Amino acid sequence: MLFNPPVIALIMVSVVVTLMLLAAAGLAVQILMYWDIGSGSERQLILERRTYLVSTLLTWVFASELISLMLFIYNAESMSGQFVGAMCATGVLNVNAWGWPALFLKLIIFFSGAVWLAINHLDNQGFDFPLVKVKYLLLLIILPLVMVEAFVQLQYFLGLKPNLITSCCGSLFSSEAEGVVGNVSSLLPSTALLLFYGAGLLMMLSGTWFLWRKSGGWVFSSLSVGAFIASLAGMISYVALYVYEHPHHHCPFCVLKPGHDYAGYALYLPLFAATALALATGAVSRWKHVPSLSAVVESNAPRLAWLSMMLYALFFSVATFFVLRSSLVMAPFW
Amino acid sequence: MKAFIRKQGFLIDFTLSSLMRRKGKNIGLLIVYGLIVFLLASVMLFSHALRKEAGLVLQGAPEIVLQRMVAGRHALIPADYLDAIESIRGVAGTEGRLWGYFYDPAVGANYTVMVTPDYELSGNEVVIGAGISRIRGVAEGDFFSLRSDKGKTYVFKVKSLLDSESELVSTDLVLISEKAFRVLTGIPEGRLTDIILKVRNPREVQKVAEKLVARLPDTRPILREEILRTYDSIFAWRQGIVFVLLLGALLAFVIFAWDKASGLSAEEKREIGILKAVGWETGDVLRMKFWEGAIISFSAFTLGYLAAYLHVFYSSAVLFEPVLKGWSVLYPQFDLVPFVDGLQLATLFFFTVFPYTVATIIPIWQASITDPDAIMR
Repeated sequence: MLFNPPVIALIMVSVVVTLMLLAAAGLAVQILMYWDIGSGSERQLILERRTYLVSTLLTWVFASELISLMLFIYNAESMSGQFVGAMCATGVLNVNAWGWPALFLKLIIFFSGAVWLAINHLDNQGFDFPLVKVKYLLLLIILPLVMVEAFVQLQYFLGLKPNLITSCCGSLFSSEAEGVVGNVSSLLPSTALLLFYGAGLLMMLSGTWFLWRKSGGWVFSSLSVGAFIASLAGMISYVALYVYEHPHHHCPFCVLKPGHDYAGYALYLPLFAATALALATGAVSRWKHVPSLSAVVESNAPRLAWLSMMLYALFFSVATFFVLRSSLVMAPFW
Repeated sequence: MKAFIRKQGFLIDFTLSSLMRRKGKNIGLLIVYGLIVFLLASVMLFSHALRKEAGLVLQGAPEIVLQRMVAGRHALIPADYLDAIESIRGVAGTEGRLWGYFYDPAVGANYTVMVTPDYELSGNEVVIGAGISRIRGVAEGDFFSLRSDKGKTYVFKVKSLLDSESELVSTDLVLISEKAFRVLTGIPEGRLTDIILKVRNPREVQKVAEKLVARLPDTRPILREEILRTYDSIFAWRQGIVFVLLLGALLAFVIFAWDKASGLSAEEKREIGILKAVGWETGDVLRMKFWEGAIISFSAFTLGYLAAYLHVFYSSAVLFEPVLKGWSVLYPQFDLVPFVDGLQLATLFFFTVFPYTVATIIPIWQASITDPDAIMR
């Protein structure tokens, strides 16, 4: 194992977060079993007080998961100097089989955390806590994810041996590569272009529909997941080429490097925030029929959708800006 | 949104005045917290700057150094190997080097003696590094003696000193003419210490190294990339070791924070009771406590980090120098280049603010759920 402070920090955080969630899950089980808002018993009072603790714990858990996601990527980027063959985060994630799963798990936890926080926020505004069972059930679903993530990440770091030879992004993200990544990289730029802007447009239309007719929140959410995946694919097969000004360089991590003006941050931060907000929109708008929540949903859900669409718009404008600014000219060859 | 921000503003205002009412306790916490940040940040800034420095120094190093091995030991390399190497495609230039170490019993230090075609040195002239000049007390124009392998002492005139900018690499360096070097060391004509190769295309370095080993099986190529990688790992590892040692201190801090947060004074309890009696909800008390933690954390983090910055870059990290830098009699003196990045800050956050917050969540919650009547009765 490599004894880096960021690695120690990441392991420490995953362990502490798992413990916090385990504690919260214990309370969640009690709440699921005995919660009865109509009762005035002592047990109910204790449970109501404990919900505050769980909310606080989980807010911190998901905040730390967000920072640890960023630290994970940043750390992979900075360790690329220590492995033969690695030139950016791709190579470091490739060092063993656990790297990519750890990253994907972190992403999934980030998005589920956003949904949980949105539901929690909504629930706290209803006087009778109508979603209490829903959110604690959701918490029990997230717990195994976090535990698996802690395990996978630990395996990944334990398997980081400096004498391993890894492959750089040039070989993984190339049209000759096999599997999904190879397919994405070898997408024709014209197809990628259509997918990239098409999915974005569909999502924007559904968002507008939602704002206008106050219905179809879940459609907006699902389309935004589609737009998220299409955007990542578009980043690899299309936008990346223009950022690097190189027709064969597809890496989604090298954009984070200072040599490319940290372009990746301007792209990924709005994209991730927008997707999280869109998922939250779907999760919140679903509860319009609950009497104590309908007023809150009425005012909150459109706000979330609006913010999400603004951030998507920002993402697409930044991406378009990078394509237009670039001195790479590909259009005549498609 | 406006109402939300106004509410938080009032909460912060209230929290600040509440913190000021208990100056002693909170300043104590701030000092301990800041000290923890200071320790960790110092280690981090210092080892990061050292890594950076090593990288900068090696930037100008040759891509490949070729050594001859005899029975697994480094041996002198014949000069005619140069011809065999020059014909390898991709090699932009070769140079045979003559260098070695000299132990000086007078000061108990090792010098690096090296032949250089620059400086146009005559047989009895040398150029020395700043470290040697300091330890031997010789300056330009003074005389400087070295003992040969036959036990005979030769006196050299110091032609000039190497400038202190490159001190990290040149502090123990003695530059000398080839003739004088061969007389001093007894290395015969036609033999060199090692050979350096310049390879213009970095992607060909590996291939060139393979060809070298195939063509000259008794040699060992050392790649610059490998040295860089090793430095990177070593400094990161040393930093990690110090961090693990400091984890004990961190744990003590967590217990301290937990204790501070759970041992509410009677006055604080009364305060929370009154707040709840006048209509604050549990959530409001939690929010107030959140701001309290945020204010303390932010102040401690800023103070600690600033102090660490001053410590590392203005006092050369007096506290951690021996552990992180290593030591030697002739150690270079150098100023580190300040370097701060997001990775450092995020890591530091997880080592300080995160444990503090986790330690205080439960005590804060316990304080916030107390019934007003239970306290005021």
